[in-house]
Amino acid sequence: MKITDIIQHLDLKVLSGQNGLSNEIKGGYVSDLLSDVMGNAKEGEIWITLQTHQNIIAVASLKDIAAIIIVKGADPEKDTIEKSNTENIPLLGTELDTFTIAGRLFELLKKE
Amino acid sequence: MLLKADLHIHTVLSPCGDLDMSPVRIVEEAEKKGLDIIGITDHNTTRHCRLISELANDKGIFVMQGAEVTTKEEVHFLAFFENNDTLNKFQEFLDENLPEIMNDPSKFGYQVEVDRDEMIIYEEKKLLLNAIKKSISELEIFVHSLKGLFIPAHIDRKKNSIYSQLGFIPSDFNADALEISRANSPEVFKSLHPEVKGFSVVRNSDAHRLEDIGAASTMLQVEKPSFSEVFMAIKGLKGRKLITE
Repeated sequence: MKITDIIQHLDLKVLSGQNGLSNEIKGGYVSDLLSDVMGNAKEGEIWITLQTHQNIIAVASLKDIAAIIIVKGADPEKDTIEKSNTENIPLLGTELDTFTIAGRLFELLKKE
Repeated sequence: MLLKADLHIHTVLSPCGDLDMSPVRIVEEAEKKGLDIIGITDHNTTRHCRLISELANDKGIFVMQGAEVTTKEEVHFLAFFENNDTLNKFQEFLDENLPEIMNDPSKFGYQVEVDRDEMIIYEEKKLLLNAIKKSISELEIFVHSLKGLFIPAHIDRKKNSIYSQLGFIPSDFNADALEISRANSPEVFKSLHPEVKGFSVVRNSDAHRLEDIGAASTMLQVEKPSFSEVFMAIKGLKGRKLITE
């Protein structure tokens, strides 16, 4: 499934990193601890977090994460947005909390 | 002159601070331990700094007045300010940004301010252990706008440290120094983390009990005990510097 399909089905807002939207999603990962994501997330996954610090882009780039969903309507910081655009890693926003959006993403990917 | 500093001490106002950590006793203990400079850093509050500063001055001990702030990423930072004006502005910032979640003393401990006779004069109702509503970069910009010192606390800990929450130190990180806990030495830490090479490293006790005051310290080569001299020593300016023990 492509990120664009996920955006449509889960009603996500594209906050930045538009150039990376054609990426293919291979699964999902949920964590707010960046060291945990560095250790355990896999290439091509979509990552759900409430962190908005610029380090999330560095971690996503290191692990070849396809996109990041930021929960609860949080606004990423300016330098996070800039790095998302230069690294072509889309930041997607939702008003939902992590539990709800992860559940919906799981159901969506299961149908494939 | 070479001065011995322990820049990370909690008082009875911190919910986790021992009830013995009154201003009078902290100053007595600092004197006993031969400290020339102490930093008062309660969680998200500066309310005990002034009294401790007055009491310490009488004993010839200089107080760095500040707080240990928890950002929304749940990373702890030490912030210090030079005078009452900037300290008050910082206290207003903390009051505005600490969430309206009340402390339960039976779970977290008491958050009380006491006077020089150890009488309670104020109880902080909001839970000081919470994260404020500001990010690391927002805090950094505000502290520096008040010409304060901005130091990530105990970066070698597995809880509430920049490494535990953010995985690594951001490349353009504008900290004045890094703090390591008493469990590590600056040399060992720097050899394990080459990326911190450009930063000054201070080591403090993070004392919550009287006996821990001075359990770790940092030596400063300065001309006199003052905020600006400590500032210069931490930044390595004009011949002032940190001396690694």
